[in-house]
Amino acid sequence: MQTFLDALFLQAGYNAALVSIGAALLGFAAGSAGTFLFLRKRALVSDAVAHATLPGVGIAFIVMVWLGGDGRSLLGLLAGSALTAWIGLLLIEWITRRTRLAEDAAIGAVLGVFFGLGVVLLTVVQSMSAGRQAGLETFLLGSTAGMLFEDAVVIAVGGSLTVLATWLLRRPMTLVAFDSEYAAAMGYDVRRIDLLMMGLVMAVTVIGLKLVGLILIVAMLIIPAVTARFWTDRSHRVIWIAGAAGGASGYLGAVISASAPSMPTGPIIVLVAAAIFVVSLFFAPGRGVLAAVMRHRRFQARVHRRQGLLALAAQHPIREAYTVRLLAREGLVRPDGVPTDAGRAQAAKVARDERRWDVAREVHQDAGLTGRYDGLTPIEEVFTRDEIDEFDRRLGPPMGLGDV
Amino acid sequence: MASPMTPGHQPTIAAENGRAARPVAVPSGAPLAVRGLTVSYGEKPAVFSVDATFPAESMSAIIGPNGAGKSTLLKASLGVIPLLSGDVYVFGQAIEKARERIAYVPQRASVDWDFPTTVMDVVQMGLYRRVGLLGRLSGRMTARARDCLDRVGMADFAHRQIGQLSGGQQQRVFLARALAQDADLYLLDEPFAGVDAATERAIIDVLKTLKAEGKAVVAVHHDLSTVRDYFDHVFLINVRRIAEGPVATAFTTGNLQATYGGRLAATHLDELSPTGGA
Repeated sequence: MQTFLDALFLQAGYNAALVSIGAALLGFAAGSAGTFLFLRKRALVSDAVAHATLPGVGIAFIVMVWLGGDGRSLLGLLAGSALTAWIGLLLIEWITRRTRLAEDAAIGAVLGVFFGLGVVLLTVVQSMSAGRQAGLETFLLGSTAGMLFEDAVVIAVGGSLTVLATWLLRRPMTLVAFDSEYAAAMGYDVRRIDLLMMGLVMAVTVIGLKLVGLILIVAMLIIPAVTARFWTDRSHRVIWIAGAAGGASGYLGAVISASAPSMPTGPIIVLVAAAIFVVSLFFAPGRGVLAAVMRHRRFQARVHRRQGLLALAAQHPIREAYTVRLLAREGLVRPDGVPTDAGRAQAAKVARDERRWDVAREVHQDAGLTGRYDGLTPIEEVFTRDEIDEFDRRLGPPMGLGDV
Repeated sequence: MASPMTPGHQPTIAAENGRAARPVAVPSGAPLAVRGLTVSYGEKPAVFSVDATFPAESMSAIIGPNGAGKSTLLKASLGVIPLLSGDVYVFGQAIEKARERIAYVPQRASVDWDFPTTVMDVVQMGLYRRVGLLGRLSGRMTARARDCLDRVGMADFAHRQIGQLSGGQQQRVFLARALAQDADLYLLDEPFAGVDAATERAIIDVLKTLKAEGKAVVAVHHDLSTVRDYFDHVFLINVRRIAEGPVATAFTTGNLQATYGGRLAATHLDELSPTGGA
């Protein structure tokens, strides 16, 4: 526990603090850059892009050794991985556009081929006599051992630029993700915006390679955005909420892995992100499961209330004790079930809305609307004033309670 | 397999030989004109060598059977889908130069309605071009978006997530977004498909107001019974251009027969065009 607290407050040593801060920054960048990946429904493209970084690592190492270095320059390796990732991305785009293959087939092909090539190249690298090849395989799952200040700087600078670019491009990317035809009609170059979006994703992937590894980076791009979707109905807020969720999982994941011996950082970060997702899934207001259950309970109460009021309007007695209790609590009936004046007025309104709904169902025969009819939502919340006036016109003048 | 060409009507070939050789004159000021427009999906032309001119200050309908290329013609005019050949002129200019004068209302089915965006956000999308990358949506622009929502009767719904709207309401929001663009030419793809009667009336009122303000409206339309009430000008298409002109002269039984082939019963046609019978 003490180690955990030390790590949480950055007191567990220089390396652990560096890793925690780096992971938090990476998480924030991945979460916000991944937002549009999720909204554009192209999560799996990023998985292929991540796997396509591997041959670049091998190629960069071989080239750097040829040039007389030791092959371990981080920037060199990242440049190589970015190059093959970009080629993989363009290939997926080209296959989808130029052949009859669907995007999922293109993703599968590129992911497999590039990853296979990467593994072969790393094997070649292992058999080379020159260079210091030890540790290249950590690009698969990431590693925090021996993380340098230089690595943290790469993440900080690269991550900040990615977040800034995401924010600047939020409007065109929102437009393309929501309604690409409209975006094209307004003169936006949809293909270029898509490539820019994937370019941001690729940047996060490359800077996250060393810490999280190429296999799990897709989780850091997608899970925070999916989590954020539970908390807001506005795309611009999804960016920041996803960033915060990603940053928190990066930080907490790094802290947990630092406080227990030999825990792998990348997988722990992903598990923390998944935990935040599960919490959101259950407890988010509005879209969460618990909120849905509570909505159901309230709904049940409203059904009883309405059935009770309709019974009053029809001058039938209310038999169910729960219904009487509900109505009595609102002062609409006396405890013995006899309606008060307020109860009578409510009953007349409910009965009239019911008949408006009957008209509404005849007039609007589309599923979106039929689905919204629950007999409970006040009709004013579903229809505009002119629509309701139209129903009333068809219904004729209001009737007294006795006529219903 | 391509169908045989009508004799004497070969602007696509002219296009291949050089643009200057094109025989058809281009009206300088028409809100939308296309010349020799051809679009194909694979080897099958969806729109073949079409010339069309849509007049100013009027409401035009693009009419034709399913698969006749109505929406394709609209989207190709906007540059949303690539042309195989042909030219598009918007107010006499290339489309790139006249972008901000065009507003587009796509088909409702073309978007994901669970997208995290509110009614107000969608209307403001119509202002994105004007705001640019770095700009902020000023109070004046927000007020303008609200005003557009008001014009389609949706002001009370500004903060709803768009998935919570009925089909007709979604269509109204799309129209409000186009209004926010403050364009001179409005292109609508089946604006009345699947909407309720009140929405249809609200939309047509807005469109008629636009026309009265001197704007041009071009809509893909498939309800033949309302053409006379709503539109001034028709363009009949079935992959090729069949006819175009004012409703009174072009919306005739003969032209409809030519457009729809045997798909419309003769009695139905008589009902639709009492002045027809070419």
